[in-house]
Amino acid sequence: MADEHGIVASGLVREFKKGPRAVDGIDLVVHPGEIFGFLGPNGAGKSTTVHMLTTLLPPTAGTATVAGYDIVREGPQVRAAIGAALQEAALDPLLTGREHLRLQTTLQGIPRSERARRGELLLERVGLSQAADRKVRGYSGGMKRRLDLALALVHSPRILFLDEPTTGLDVQSRSALWEEVRRLATDDGVTVFLTTQYLEEADVLANRVGIIDHGRIVAEGTPAQLKADVGRPTVEVVPADSEDWERAAAILARFGEPCAAIQGVAVRLQTGEADLAEIVRALDAEGLKVENLQLHQPSLDDVFLAKTGRSLEGAGEEEEEPELALEPA
Amino acid sequence: MSERFVEQVGQLARRSVVRTARQPANVVFPLVFPLLLLAVNSTGLQSATHLPGFPTDSYLAFALAVPFMQGALFATMNAGTDLARDIQTGFLNRLALTPMRGIALLGGQLGGVMAMTAVQAAVWIAAGLILGVHFAAGVGGIAVLFIFSLLIGLGFGALGAFLALRTGSGEAVQGMFPVFFVFLFISSMAMPRNLIEIKWFQTAATLNPVSYLIEGIRSLIVIGWDAEALALGFGVAILIAVTAVTLASVSLRTRLTRS
Repeated sequence: MADEHGIVASGLVREFKKGPRAVDGIDLVVHPGEIFGFLGPNGAGKSTTVHMLTTLLPPTAGTATVAGYDIVREGPQVRAAIGAALQEAALDPLLTGREHLRLQTTLQGIPRSERARRGELLLERVGLSQAADRKVRGYSGGMKRRLDLALALVHSPRILFLDEPTTGLDVQSRSALWEEVRRLATDDGVTVFLTTQYLEEADVLANRVGIIDHGRIVAEGTPAQLKADVGRPTVEVVPADSEDWERAAAILARFGEPCAAIQGVAVRLQTGEADLAEIVRALDAEGLKVENLQLHQPSLDDVFLAKTGRSLEGAGEEEEEPELALEPA
Repeated sequence: MSERFVEQVGQLARRSVVRTARQPANVVFPLVFPLLLLAVNSTGLQSATHLPGFPTDSYLAFALAVPFMQGALFATMNAGTDLARDIQTGFLNRLALTPMRGIALLGGQLGGVMAMTAVQAAVWIAAGLILGVHFAAGVGGIAVLFIFSLLIGLGFGALGAFLALRTGSGEAVQGMFPVFFVFLFISSMAMPRNLIEIKWFQTAATLNPVSYLIEGIRSLIVIGWDAEALALGFGVAILIAVTAVTLASVSLRTRLTRS
């Protein structure tokens, strides 16, 4: 029965002794096998939510089930079903990658006969076979994150929590990690709950996104739905001949209302991106040569702006998430 | 005790030993520093053995008990700072997400501390034998001394773990080091209690549990089988160990607030 379940939270609240409600009544549903992106600035309550859902922090109020198990009453069952790579790769700098896997396989109760094989398999999967016998303190940020992921997968969890897995990584390492997360969800059917403060990460990777701010979910849906909710796409045209700008603007005006453009002239489309082909045909019919034509979709930052009145970029600088003190309120 | 539990403790103890062994400062200083102090004191204070009532004519034999206690203090610091680092880096959360029992973590950590204590005890005993110390209680006494030092290491290691779990800070644990050293100095470390002439010092040394640990160890080296000293020494060591392990266990439960 647990296999049919992903994550369900209802009215989840976490208060700390000194400070505001870090999480203020969250309701969410994560379906089995999907990648759910939990997007928000620093201090929004992402990590506190993850700590509650992974049973590391008891909620002050509300309920949640993970893999069908109650996070308060059935902690051991929850932990058996999940893997987690929490913020900051929690590794021992003095141990090697292989030693980490040996420890983790033992603690996770993997049979002795399978431990070495499982460790090798995971090291290979995350591309750390060559570095397996090096101490972790010599690893790059990307290598540490990949080892962290391998450790979270030791016991083949059905649900994987990744708390800002690519923060601080270079573009290449980030792409490699995205690829692995995507593979886990599509090939292995792992449900992934991923927190991030990167718009692109949520947009590219997540099937659905929940946007959190000040401990509350302010928007939830697929990236396309969320963006569609806040605005229609814009089309920008840069004529090849600068004398054609007025003509271009007149043609575009048939498809929507003018809006600010970066280089050329632009309109916000009335009926959406389906008009794009018509625009191209209209420009061609008028014999207008175009240097550049671009369709701009609304971004998740536009969604965040629409829901909170602030831009996601830099929003977290206002306040930091309360330290995850382990004393209940 | 299940096989799985034993395996978990074994792996965590192994990790504790490995990480200590890979930090040379954590191995060398706890061995070199007490040996240096022993060398200085045993030569500089040899004349104290001429005092009437001094229990031996070798100050080296008298002072050999001290490195055992200094080693225990280092064990406290190492166990505490290692555990605090695990808390600060989130490694403890990683462990908390496994089916591992909290007591396995503590057992593993303390197992590692005791392994290091065993190495230290072997070094002190070997140093004593090489330097010509006659162990009055004989081979059996050396075995008891070894067990006694493990018990002390367990107690002080658990004390370090308790401090780390309460504060979650390696700096806070290290900040306690001078306090522990004060306990060591205000004890019968350098002189038998009955020969300490300064009244407040003698009273403080009598109230100080560290005195009884030192005197228990010392009795095996310079006196032989002294039932009273051993009973007091083992009694205090067991009391410290039981109290510290209990406090550390409770603090670990609080720290691991997993449901």
